[in-house]
Amino acid sequence: MPNFGVLFFPGSNCDHDCYHAIRKILAQPCDLIWHEETSLAGIDCVVIPGGFSYGDYLRAGAISQFSPVVSPLRELAGLGVPVIGICNGFQILVESGLLPGAFIHNSSLKFVCRWTSVRVEDTDTPFTCTLRKGEVLKLPVANAQGNFVLPPDGNSSQGRRIVLRYCGDGGALTSEANPSGAEDNIAGIANSRGNVLGMMPHPERSFESLLGSEDGRKMFESVISWIKSRNADGKAV
Amino acid sequence: MKQFSVKIEVKLKAVVLDPQGKAVLNALGGLGFNGVSDARVGKIVELTMEGESSEEIGRKADEMCRKLLSNPVIEDFSVEIAEK
Repeated sequence: MPNFGVLFFPGSNCDHDCYHAIRKILAQPCDLIWHEETSLAGIDCVVIPGGFSYGDYLRAGAISQFSPVVSPLRELAGLGVPVIGICNGFQILVESGLLPGAFIHNSSLKFVCRWTSVRVEDTDTPFTCTLRKGEVLKLPVANAQGNFVLPPDGNSSQGRRIVLRYCGDGGALTSEANPSGAEDNIAGIANSRGNVLGMMPHPERSFESLLGSEDGRKMFESVISWIKSRNADGKAV
Repeated sequence: MKQFSVKIEVKLKAVVLDPQGKAVLNALGGLGFNGVSDARVGKIVELTMEGESSEEIGRKADEMCRKLLSNPVIEDFSVEIAEK
């Protein structure tokens, strides 16, 4: 069974939600890993949860990028191990340069906490490989700085893939469906290889119908299936 | 060793939308301050640093800005140095 590692920083607050989703609901091995850890040996999938690491001081995610655990994280990301950053985890991935772009305040200037619909744009990543292209997922967002911008200089050398876009229930890309004003309705992007995914909505908060949606679970079931098929093929992940 | 006051200004690039600046602009209009056509909000970081010369301090401050204090994707910075 794949070993999940949920990193947590001072100020992370979705670490136990992720742990609960993976360990209790999916019954997969899962470690909670403090940001001072210097090794991620044996981890098959890294989860960087949401929250307000270092109080969002300076910029969301800006200080966490220098935590000791980010060194082995970079190594695993380079080896092709699946890494998912959710909300503040996405901000940390962007600040550390593992994903392109940046975040500014929501165009509404409000903290946005609501359900969103997101459309799957790319199924060639570990987290979306069992989903259908164009499938619409119901996932919640909760952020103040979820307004994603791509590098204004259009730096094409930094590979990027748009994986999730905010949409209406029927899949149409509208500005009303875009809770933060993110460029191109972007809700989630991956690196060019596809193994590092950042997303603003919270899949771990939509694992149980009791909470309104089970769609987030599909993304984790996807990565489990991806890891198992890699292991079955005898490929080093 | 000399002591220097270092004032670092970080602001969003002109091409990047500034939602905070927009809100400030609207609030100023609401208060009756007419004739304000734009507002941009930035950050100031003040440091006290020790070193041999303002050139050395400048090099260090520049590196700090690139690594941590600004995000070069969306922000520009400027550094002012004064010997104490």
